[in-house]
Amino acid sequence: MNDEDHLKNQIRELLLSQRLGVLSTHYKGHPYSSLVAFSSSENLSELYFATPGSTRKYRNLSQDNRVSMLIDNRSNEISDFHNAIAVTVLGTARKIEGSEKKQVAGIYLIKHPYLQDFVNSASCVLVMIQVNRYILVRRFQLVYELHVRK
Amino acid sequence: MNRMLLSIEEINESHSNVAGGKGLSLARLYLAGFNVPEMICVTTRCYDKFLDLSGLRERILLELNRKDFSDMRWEEIWDASLRIRNMFNHAHFPPELHLKLGPVLDERFSGLPVAVRSSAPGEDSLRTSFAGLHDSFVNISGTDAILDHIKRVWASLWSDSALLYRQELGLTIDKSAMAVVVQKIVVGESSGVVFSKSPTDSASGVVEAVYGLNQGLVDGAVPPDRWILDRNTRKIRSHHHAKRQFYMVPGNSGVYEDELPDSLKNEAPLSDEAAQAIFDLALKSELFFGTPQDMEWTRKAGLFYVLQSRPVSTLKSPEQQDERQWYLSLHRSFENLKGLRNKIENTLIPEMIQTAAQLSSVDLSLLSDQDLIDEIEKRAALNQKWVDVYWAEFIPYAHGIRLFGQVYNDTVKPQNPYEFVDLLAQTGMASTERNERMENLASMARNNPVLFEKLENLDPLSANTEDEKKFISAMDRFVASYGDLSCPVTGSRECAQGGDALIRLIVEMASHPPVITGHKNIRDLEKQFLASFDEQNKNRAGELLELARSSYKLRDDDNIYLGRIEAQLMMAVNEAKRRLEWSDKHPGNKKGVRRLKDAVDMHGQTQAPVSSAKGPLPVKNVQARQLLGQPASNGVSRGYARVIVEHSQLSEFRYGEILVCDAVDPNMTFVVPLAAGIVERRGGMLIHGAIIAREYGLACVTGVPDATKLIRTGDFLTVDGFLGIVTIGQE
Repeated sequence: MNDEDHLKNQIRELLLSQRLGVLSTHYKGHPYSSLVAFSSSENLSELYFATPGSTRKYRNLSQDNRVSMLIDNRSNEISDFHNAIAVTVLGTARKIEGSEKKQVAGIYLIKHPYLQDFVNSASCVLVMIQVNRYILVRRFQLVYELHVRK
Repeated sequence: MNRMLLSIEEINESHSNVAGGKGLSLARLYLAGFNVPEMICVTTRCYDKFLDLSGLRERILLELNRKDFSDMRWEEIWDASLRIRNMFNHAHFPPELHLKLGPVLDERFSGLPVAVRSSAPGEDSLRTSFAGLHDSFVNISGTDAILDHIKRVWASLWSDSALLYRQELGLTIDKSAMAVVVQKIVVGESSGVVFSKSPTDSASGVVEAVYGLNQGLVDGAVPPDRWILDRNTRKIRSHHHAKRQFYMVPGNSGVYEDELPDSLKNEAPLSDEAAQAIFDLALKSELFFGTPQDMEWTRKAGLFYVLQSRPVSTLKSPEQQDERQWYLSLHRSFENLKGLRNKIENTLIPEMIQTAAQLSSVDLSLLSDQDLIDEIEKRAALNQKWVDVYWAEFIPYAHGIRLFGQVYNDTVKPQNPYEFVDLLAQTGMASTERNERMENLASMARNNPVLFEKLENLDPLSANTEDEKKFISAMDRFVASYGDLSCPVTGSRECAQGGDALIRLIVEMASHPPVITGHKNIRDLEKQFLASFDEQNKNRAGELLELARSSYKLRDDDNIYLGRIEAQLMMAVNEAKRRLEWSDKHPGNKKGVRRLKDAVDMHGQTQAPVSSAKGPLPVKNVQARQLLGQPASNGVSRGYARVIVEHSQLSEFRYGEILVCDAVDPNMTFVVPLAAGIVERRGGMLIHGAIIAREYGLACVTGVPDATKLIRTGDFLTVDGFLGIVTIGQE
């Protein structure tokens, strides 16, 4: 297995094992973080999450689509310091509309079936993050980057 | 089981996990009526509590998870072990534990010297026993000192030896624990070991005995008398008399080697009857445990005391032995190292210098083809002889640095576990001497713009100008001593076309301010070190410091000396190559040519590449962003990477670049005065890259897996020599 496949597998495993991630947006330069339930595409090029259209995070990404997301497997134990893996995702966000929405909602609800009512409500928006880059941190300080889109 | 302390009367079979192998076997012997010194057992529960309360558990895990074990060289394991030991040295006994242990130790052992011994669970029940992987300390007095040594025994759960055998020991980082036996010391007139069944002959038993304490016997410093006994008849088959000169005696603290009184030198430490008596005791112990026993004993006023008893370990056959045993053989005692120093400094090094000088005095151009072939053969054999000496004598001698480091850390307890290296640096190494001479050449060019310009343009120099004449002569002297730096071997020449590698480096040096090696004030450190010892041990500490300095210097110098001998071989090979080129153009004596060619083919390939890596992998989408290694020299430096894969690339090195290399050796450290920092794949605090970096006060990180593959020439690097981190990118 080459370095790229190895790194992709580590990232894929982490994304599949975690339900929540911390989304970062900003409003006029003021940073803002929020917890979201996410899912990802098999090839790692896209992440998805759902949010009511009235939220601050949605307003922020509508104004500037550059976002970041942190996903990690910490367990709030001391052992996290050597055991935990974290990935920072950099990408651009956009609302999913039309026929695409049904398809993505299907993928999303496989991972989060309990969010069915939430996702199907008229006020909920499905957002796709087109990933540019993953930055994976493990062993406390060992950092690798995976470039998904140039 | 919540008990942190168990007395010998309280320990039973159910305590095997908390009292450890030694604690349990001594308790069983005691209950069976054997004569065992008074003891208590500090259980693994105490170790666990200590780790949790002091925060050490996660610190150890972080230390041992910096990289995969499979990527760690023995030297890196040794370093990790040293850092862990320092963590234990610095961690205070939490009040909760102090309250539990202190009063009991006071009550039991007030004013009495004790032995503090490791007792790892499961250690003695293994099919192959691993005696000596963990530490034990003899002649420790006072509660604080005992507590201090309990911490050291705990730290030895993570000794380099234990980490090497972690799989066989079942050592798991998050679950393993260590118990400690605190045992009243019995200062016997003689001591030793007894095997109820010889590891090499199942029909015999073995008794070994020395005068005084048995520490000298255990670490090999004092040769024992040896009796071989028949297991069936219990009769003595043979008695081998040792050359009795020294014995180990208790000092104010610890033990030291002393000259044996003359009256005892001709008398065996045990009578034959006494040797039979201790053998009987071992057979009794074998019967009791149901398996042959290896027992440590001491004899006082005619009475034998059993200090410990464990199953006899099965010796591994040579084919079963692996390189780990070789690493462990590098652990040398102070006495052994002193002998090695004497041999190296007074015999081997002068011989090496003399050999190189003798060889260089031969005018190769005057030899007939046959004589040249003979000369190549002779030089190849000499070179091989010295390579063998290097592995057999010089490499083990490097343990002098490690031994000193451990003693320094245990006594001075510095925050930085590598503070001791400051005391060893600036010892006038051959490689820094070479660099100073390069700096002198650079300074001549720096001070004379005409000379500088000529050198920069590679114009010929004129012998009519005073400065240029001086420069030419200094260059000639430099090349005579160190070669033209185009070769991976010091003293060799003309490995690259053009022969301007040295000039280019000097121009680069002359284009920038001179580099000064770091001069720390080590006098205070030296005073602080010596002041940590009482009068009795101060001289010995001073001797150890001197030994470590010599060991440190040789660590770098030996490659230079070795290089000079190899350079002489290469010069003879090059002479043969010249003749072959000539004969290509002038066909004639084919037979002679074939023999010359054979000699060149056979011996002309000694120049190893600097790196086995074939350059950076063509990875497009993955980029290492931050890499982990070991902090090997303090400081933070930033600069562009120069990845060196072939020796010839060194001449391209530019001022302010970061040297990135698979393995730095002293034959290539002439670029270090130009470098801003060093990153190396090979790991260890005491490797050449780290040594030279500290001499120049450069940030250095070693042990970065795949450094030359993941970093590319031109990448912007930040080298954090405090934390052992290399960050790529972000100028």
